[in-house]
Amino acid sequence: MASLKELKGRIVSVKSTQKITKAKKMVAAAKLRKAQAAAEAARPYAERLEGVVASLASKVGVSDSAPKLLSGTGKSDTHLLVVLNSDRGLAGAFNSNIVKAARDKANELQAQGKKVLFYLIGRKGRPVIARLFPGQIIEHYETTGIRDIGFEQAHEISTKVMELYEAGAFDVAHLFYSKFRSALLQEATGQQMIPVPPPADIPASSGAAVEYEPDEEAILADLLPRNVTIQIFKGLLENAASEQGASMTAMDNATRNAGDLINKLTIVYNRTRQAAITTELIEIIAGAEAL
Amino acid sequence: MALKFELVTPARLERSSDVYMVTVPGSEGDFSVLEGHAPFMATLRNGPLTIYASAGAAPETIEVEGGFAEVNEAGLTVLAEHIAG
Repeated sequence: MASLKELKGRIVSVKSTQKITKAKKMVAAAKLRKAQAAAEAARPYAERLEGVVASLASKVGVSDSAPKLLSGTGKSDTHLLVVLNSDRGLAGAFNSNIVKAARDKANELQAQGKKVLFYLIGRKGRPVIARLFPGQIIEHYETTGIRDIGFEQAHEISTKVMELYEAGAFDVAHLFYSKFRSALLQEATGQQMIPVPPPADIPASSGAAVEYEPDEEAILADLLPRNVTIQIFKGLLENAASEQGASMTAMDNATRNAGDLINKLTIVYNRTRQAAITTELIEIIAGAEAL
Repeated sequence: MALKFELVTPARLERSSDVYMVTVPGSEGDFSVLEGHAPFMATLRNGPLTIYASAGAAPETIEVEGGFAEVNEAGLTVLAEHIAG
């Protein structure tokens, strides 16, 4: 049985932990609102662009003259996994879920005899991937010190990815990030980014003949790199919202657990204190009777 | 008698309103869009986008960078990578 002093010490320490988790939860809740608004505001652009690219891609079709971003390099030997992570912890399994999704994909590809390379964004996933796949991280993008991740960062990342693609460093690129469903639910997802996957449902053409200026292929060549940037941008924003959501949920749980622990410790503390008083009383009574 | 005009950037939907006419800096020359324009799609160069809220109104200019414009039966949608002002 722990002494009274020890118990008191533990209660104080759990209480201060609870203060930290409570504060972090409130910070995450405030940041979540902002991040969620940003993610939602970015949706119209991404949706429109996707629609246009899909309809153009179905018109141009996969021919030899089609842009390389659409038709691919003709092989799929080397895969690049672009993994978006955050810089901070205290967000439950947020980062490890993304890393896990990327790791599963990497193992699957390696089992098929393909070469896998990594481009990491953010600090948290790095040590794990560096340990599991030594020497396969070709690029790393620092996001520490950036307060609000925005389009500029997405542009820098996509420019680098495109450079690597033009240089023939990889054939297929996948993007891994956490999709924001709600504050309680985030989903680590992976999607193919390059070459642009064929549209699942070709939008019904309006029937009217659309005029293009310049021609379809030139527009497509202009839009495809933008589409890659937008996908990364969307991933970054969804990730930011997911991180805050995961953090809020994790911290809420931690606060509640700390509360439970405090209650339990307090009961033990009170029982011990009463037992000590009872013992003391018995000793005094016994001493008085002996006289 | 109005043209449905939307200006969208990656960050947000900047503008969604009914206007009279919009002059768009296309990569192969400026063009103006009125209501009932034929379906059209063009890439943009960096330059001024001019909006006329009504027939005689003073034009409003927004600098746009990179992107493209789409005209369909629903109206004019300009997707710009960046706008100034």
